[in-house]
Amino acid sequence: MNPTVDALRATFGNAIGRGLESCGDTIVYVAREALLDAMAWLRDTPQQRYDYLVDVTAVEYRDRERPLEVVYHLRSLARRADLRVKVELDPRGDLTVDSVVPLWRGADWLERETYDMFGVTFRGHPDLRRILMWETYAEGYPLRKDFPLRGRFSRAEQVRQALGANPEAHYSMEELSIAEAYDELPADMKERLRRGERGQLPDSE
Amino acid sequence: MKRVIETKEVSGQSPNYLLAKFQDLVDWAVNSSRANSLWPMPFGTACCAIEFMATAASRYDFARFGMERQAFSPRQADVLICAGRLPFKLAPVIRRIYDQMPQPKWVISMGACASTGGIFDNYAMVQGIDTIVPVDVYVPGCPPRPEGLLYGVLLLHKKIRGESLFDRVPRRDEQPLDERGLRLPPEQIDEISEPFGNSVHQFRSA
Repeated sequence: MNPTVDALRATFGNAIGRGLESCGDTIVYVAREALLDAMAWLRDTPQQRYDYLVDVTAVEYRDRERPLEVVYHLRSLARRADLRVKVELDPRGDLTVDSVVPLWRGADWLERETYDMFGVTFRGHPDLRRILMWETYAEGYPLRKDFPLRGRFSRAEQVRQALGANPEAHYSMEELSIAEAYDELPADMKERLRRGERGQLPDSE
Repeated sequence: MKRVIETKEVSGQSPNYLLAKFQDLVDWAVNSSRANSLWPMPFGTACCAIEFMATAASRYDFARFGMERQAFSPRQADVLICAGRLPFKLAPVIRRIYDQMPQPKWVISMGACASTGGIFDNYAMVQGIDTIVPVDVYVPGCPPRPEGLLYGVLLLHKKIRGESLFDRVPRRDEQPLDERGLRLPPEQIDEISEPFGNSVHQFRSA
């Protein structure tokens, strides 16, 4: 068992649920309310230093009584240690957890994928949109157990909705976040972006 | 439409016969040119694209059949080769690529997934690209070997040689789409997307 679990329990008390070991990996359950604090503690405490968020995903079990789990894989690159943190949610209740994007910027797309596939809402995520399915996808969350394998709509309706999607919407300036980061860019890169592909300044300049 | 135009007979040798011969000659010249210089637009999404690359490379080399230049721009392509599965998210993309290709144009559906959806009978996958764009040749296989794709290309050659400039049937003309944007009527799409094989016991809930 990873000693981090005992240290977590000493710090956060009842907010830390059971810890167990599976295939050599340590799994620790954390209450939803304490998640952000516990993650920040795991990242910043000198003895822990879990500085790398490997993956964020979710699991829903076929057993309807079992809760839906949001899973965080943590890795300490310096200490070469792994930890798996799970948060249990009621699949028929409120699927909301705090976003860890303020701690690990790389959680952005991982949480978007979890939202897209499971419908878990990450509170505080800067840009929580679908990432794999197109943004107008209306059939629900495909990896939930109540989602039929072929989707909810007929094939003709699925084809119609897919053809109605704009294939270029996913490659907008907004998607690439260039517009947001533009002010922080160095001057020469700003100049190159302003010239565009043709290497010419627009007439209005 | 009848291929022979009504004219007055002036001698023992019918001018209709000569005109038909002339039309055949024109057809032969045009179709040979088209068939022997097909420029493929590869649309590779999965493992079929690996076999497609093998077909394009020196061992199998479909340049021998006039597909010398792969056009990675749809504006300079004659035949769209969809190699691999097509998710719904790519459906508007392949439709746009097909629309951008100049006439005359043909489509080869390479592999089980492009032709029928294959093993991916699920919420994310188009069940056969013929629900999105018209297909001329289906190449079966998972993935097809390069010989299979070459055979499909030769079948397409055969099909092109059988066409005629003088048919009024608007075979290669695009049919205008209704406001739904579907190429086939909805009930036909549902029918050809019916589950088959080992997945018949799965049901749509709504």
